[in-house]
Amino acid sequence: MPRAMNVVPNRGSRLLLAFLPFLLIALIYVVGSAQRRADNPDDKLLPPVSEMVATSKRLATEPDRRSGDYVLWSDTAASLQRLALGLGISAIIGLTLGLAIGLLPVAGAGFGTLIAVLSMIPPMAVLPVLFIVFGLGELSKVVLIIIGVTPTLVRDLSLEVQNMPREQLIKAQTLGASTWQVAIRVVLPQIMPRLIQGLRLMIGPAFLFLISAEAIASDVGLGYRIFLVRRYLSMDVILPYVVWITLLAYVFDYALVWFGQRAFPWAYAQGSR
Amino acid sequence: MFKARKLFVALLAVSTLATASLSPAFAEKKKEFNIAWTIYVGWMPWPYAAESGIVKKWADKYGISIKVTQINDYVESINQYTAGKFDGVTVTNMDALTIPAAGGVDTSAIIMGDYSNGNDGVVLKKGKTLADIKGQKVNLVELSVSHYLLARGLETVKLSEKNIKTVNTSDADIVAAAKSPDTTAVVTWNPQLLEVKAEPGATLVFDSSKIPGEIEDLLVVNTQTLKDNPELGKALTGIWYETIALMKDQSEKGKAAREAMAKLSGTDLAGFETQLKTTFMYYEPKDALAFMTGPELPKIMDHVRTFCFDHNLLGENVKSKDAVGISTPSKALGSATNVKLRFDPTFMKMAADGKL
Repeated sequence: MPRAMNVVPNRGSRLLLAFLPFLLIALIYVVGSAQRRADNPDDKLLPPVSEMVATSKRLATEPDRRSGDYVLWSDTAASLQRLALGLGISAIIGLTLGLAIGLLPVAGAGFGTLIAVLSMIPPMAVLPVLFIVFGLGELSKVVLIIIGVTPTLVRDLSLEVQNMPREQLIKAQTLGASTWQVAIRVVLPQIMPRLIQGLRLMIGPAFLFLISAEAIASDVGLGYRIFLVRRYLSMDVILPYVVWITLLAYVFDYALVWFGQRAFPWAYAQGSR
Repeated sequence: MFKARKLFVALLAVSTLATASLSPAFAEKKKEFNIAWTIYVGWMPWPYAAESGIVKKWADKYGISIKVTQINDYVESINQYTAGKFDGVTVTNMDALTIPAAGGVDTSAIIMGDYSNGNDGVVLKKGKTLADIKGQKVNLVELSVSHYLLARGLETVKLSEKNIKTVNTSDADIVAAAKSPDTTAVVTWNPQLLEVKAEPGATLVFDSSKIPGEIEDLLVVNTQTLKDNPELGKALTGIWYETIALMKDQSEKGKAAREAMAKLSGTDLAGFETQLKTTFMYYEPKDALAFMTGPELPKIMDHVRTFCFDHNLLGENVKSKDAVGISTPSKALGSATNVKLRFDPTFMKMAADGKL
């Protein structure tokens, strides 16, 4: 009898195991939907799959009656632009600050505590302040993502730098490297995989902040649409949007892994089973 | 195969359990009822009645029990009612049409509480009259009564929604939004309206007193539940008129009631009375009855359903504004076979006749 931790499923049963929970959720949904429809043919809470497919098709392929836009695509484009800006800027700030705090004791003493304190502020609690300072346009939505994501990235990367073997840094110095050269040639390449990992974990929170910002004041975007139609309980719009957002996030996650494996193969050397 | 079968049985059991929690409450003869309310000046009698024992008094009289629950988010309270988690909810006439009625839940409005007589308004930071709104970005809760008010206002100055740009803004954040320098026009309701109006340079250019009776605050209950349990309608109506009689009372007792309601809605007596001034309360059941049975109501509901249909609020696949039937005592509108919103004066009449 092998230990549980050593039972490794083969390819076929691994697929089956991955698929089973989805099947279960779908089954629960279909039964629940059919039951509610039997009681009330106009029920909006759990629309049947066929209706959601029809609505998604309309949102994706027919121009909106009022604005003339292809709603799904204009919403997706607007949201992705905000998300990319937010995550991109966060990554740059995270990398620079994280490296500086981790490597330079002076920067660590100056910013370390500040970042530790700032990262504890719940971004949603300072929303009114954000509105007044950054207005209600695109800027405040991007800023909300940055405020939500950056402190964690900075802390994670600075800890990663601090955990690097001292010997490496000393060796580089004995070979004549300046602080700048150590930062760029020794530290930076080694924390890049960590940045990719950090971004992977931050996709979820970034979407959370994006949707919240769009829910509060917006005229286009995935979160805007969800909170608009929520007013009249159009679950046939909301549920496909949720699936779409999940799919987008999953694809990003996958893309980051793919990129990390190609760019920094050494970091993935140990491999998973 | 033994394992696969076991797994299948387990799946079935789990899904049955899960779907049971998704299925709606069935209407039947019952003794316990749940009513949801949200903070709004015209609905504050409900929590006060619950707190002061008026609810219990009337429920006991009709041998039932009524639980009055506050929901923090207005739309959520209506969604919960539509989903079958509550037997009744405080709601405006427009939202009663677009959420439960359009969602197939047959709903009866049994109490015509008040109408907004200035509680909803359009505020401009740049401009002194409504016509100045042309070309501006307008922050409001899209597709709400604010949107309806704006559309009605634009009609009066020969503008349409094409002349402006709307930005959907949560009612919880609209006060903060109004303070932002790039916000120039806001449509909202009280108590937020009071704050927005007080911004330096802000002008109230249009409000609901110009469209009297069109934004009505109702108590609605599930029609089937009401049919099976008429005691519920009687008790609720009894509670309502006893409580608002206290609300109107100018003596110390009335003042204490208003003070309690003010506190429950998060303001003070002065703030509450300011909001009451812009609320046309139907203190007497006979006045509410006259309005509900009169010829104005179908005209108003026709305006409302036309707006709702034009904005796709009745559902994406609805082909005409007649799809959801509305019945008022004087006239029926739309489909006769799919009546989902009923203005039912039965219980207010009992109150007017003193038969409760």
